[in-house]
Amino acid sequence: MTVNARNPLSTLKSHLAAACAVAALLLAAGGAEAADLNALIWCDHSDPALLEPFEKANDVKVNVKEFEGTGAGLAIVDQSQPGDWDVMVIDSIDVPRGVEKGLFEPLPEDKLPFADLFPEVKMDKSTIVDGKRYGITEKFGYNTIGFNKTKVDPADMQSLASLTSDKYKGKVAIYDYYLPVIGMAALAIGKKTADLTEADLPALKAELLKMKANAKLVGEVTASQTALATGEVDVLVGGGEWVTAGLAKENPALDFSIPKEGAVLWSQSLAMFKDSKNKDMALKFIQYIMSPEGQARLATSSCYWGMPANTKAALTDEQKKILRFDEQPGFLARAQAYPAPNADLDKKMQDMWTEMLQAQ
Amino acid sequence: MSVSGSNSRALPWALVTPALAWTLLFFVLPFIAMGFSSLTAHEGGGFTLANYSQFFTDPSYWRSMVNSLEVTAIVTVISILLAYPFAWILAEMVPQRWQRLALMLAVLPFWTSYVVRSYSWLLVLAQNGVINRALTGMGLIAEPLQLANTRFATVTGFVHFFVMLLTLTIFANLKQLSPSYRRAAADLGAGPVRTFLHVVLPLTLPGIMVGAFLTFVLCIGDYITPQILGGNNELVMPQLVMMQIGRRGDFPLASALSIILMAVVTIAYLACARWLKIERA
Repeated sequence: MTVNARNPLSTLKSHLAAACAVAALLLAAGGAEAADLNALIWCDHSDPALLEPFEKANDVKVNVKEFEGTGAGLAIVDQSQPGDWDVMVIDSIDVPRGVEKGLFEPLPEDKLPFADLFPEVKMDKSTIVDGKRYGITEKFGYNTIGFNKTKVDPADMQSLASLTSDKYKGKVAIYDYYLPVIGMAALAIGKKTADLTEADLPALKAELLKMKANAKLVGEVTASQTALATGEVDVLVGGGEWVTAGLAKENPALDFSIPKEGAVLWSQSLAMFKDSKNKDMALKFIQYIMSPEGQARLATSSCYWGMPANTKAALTDEQKKILRFDEQPGFLARAQAYPAPNADLDKKMQDMWTEMLQAQ
Repeated sequence: MSVSGSNSRALPWALVTPALAWTLLFFVLPFIAMGFSSLTAHEGGGFTLANYSQFFTDPSYWRSMVNSLEVTAIVTVISILLAYPFAWILAEMVPQRWQRLALMLAVLPFWTSYVVRSYSWLLVLAQNGVINRALTGMGLIAEPLQLANTRFATVTGFVHFFVMLLTLTIFANLKQLSPSYRRAAADLGAGPVRTFLHVVLPLTLPGIMVGAFLTFVLCIGDYITPQILGGNNELVMPQLVMMQIGRRGDFPLASALSIILMAVVTIAYLACARWLKIERA
């Protein structure tokens, strides 16, 4: 091999050419990224079994970023450039927060299967703002009582009063999200979640403290599931099908109830960003998620199970049985929506929750 | 080759500029931004001290700091008490050729994910976990003990991690200690206990304090272990910070709490630095 002596200028030129080639490659990669779909999601959407069929069918890469809690999600958007994100999964009750910030694009109702949704979960009060729909409910369930039916009397689980009864002292875990559990406390004292005001806080606090006195732990999703699965606790306040359904194969003794006082309906929506550079693909993604096939995959996602919003979800009979699909009309009739406090009441509720956590 | 006066003055600056830029970009500027954020209202912006006053006036917030300090103090003391003998055995009793292997075993806990390790402890300490099953199996207890989801569980998880960190810092200190000090003490008639108390221990205090300070900083700022093992039965400061961000996105209050946490760490550093006179070392 011979090495040619080269003058410094030609060396510099060759280095520049190499740098230009690298820059071109990077630009090309950037262009490819722009054609991808960027989704701000909850963990159930990161399941490859959900995303891969869509990616293959549309020859697109779905880039996902997980977040927990609307505040954290909106903070990610705040720190991003307009157009960085195409779609977002968000608590249905928080859709107006995104609309107020000018983030979301109205959805074309005629191109989405609204007629197939369970009517109770359309959440029009939250997803429609100024006559335009900004979110579509994709999955829902109940913050209610999850339990191990071999360890407790299932009849007891038909009343929220059992949660504060001495019979289950030390056998209870509380799901660590203040809004739904405060909603359950409201149901327990006979209040409607939609009507809660500051005047209700003392009674709610007393109820929460009674629950805490019975509780062994207050845990997020995984900790709650682990506690129930390992027998650390027998009852989970605020847990529902999303806890028990995922563990049903390993532990068929786990179940959930919608007590006579009712349960708190959670629902998550999909929204499209106003500044999305890829709105056609974003709409295709939402259509896919809302399709019978997408709904079945989302409902049984490895992260957590939940009821599909679409009544025509292509679930197997076994999956429907685990999700108690046929019982939904009865459950929905007894369910109440998440409390949707204004910012001031929300802050007071969180402070009350903090007090409850610190109570010994 | 001679170096001109201006070049010799510029060279040190050139060498430290990347580090300074890094610190400025990734510590000083974010810290200033966090400071400003902590002085604004969550709704509507505007200057306010309300975020700080909430911490000092709300007992449940204040309690979080007390919990953090108590847990951190317990973890640090237990870790030191366990780590010193480990380090001593490693440095003095394990043959030189096995020390490398022993050190590798000591750092093994660092190879495991923090989350996985915490959940593993949860399974060990659970009602039907390894410990309770063993104790009930041997007939030592009739009912399972409440071990998981307690402060005990949090401390156990922390100690498992930090005892090895402290072992390494103390081990390094012990290895640097010249044997001539101990020989001199023996020549002067000191027994092993007096030699340890009056010679070895004082000379290894810097290693202990560096490890203790690292333990303090990492422990008081940790979110994962108390969250998984503590069962949320008593909040510590990082959990309180996370609560403000989750749903409400209250970054001003979270910033104020973080600044307070950082102030505590700074005080701890100053206390250590002054006592050990690190600045003169």
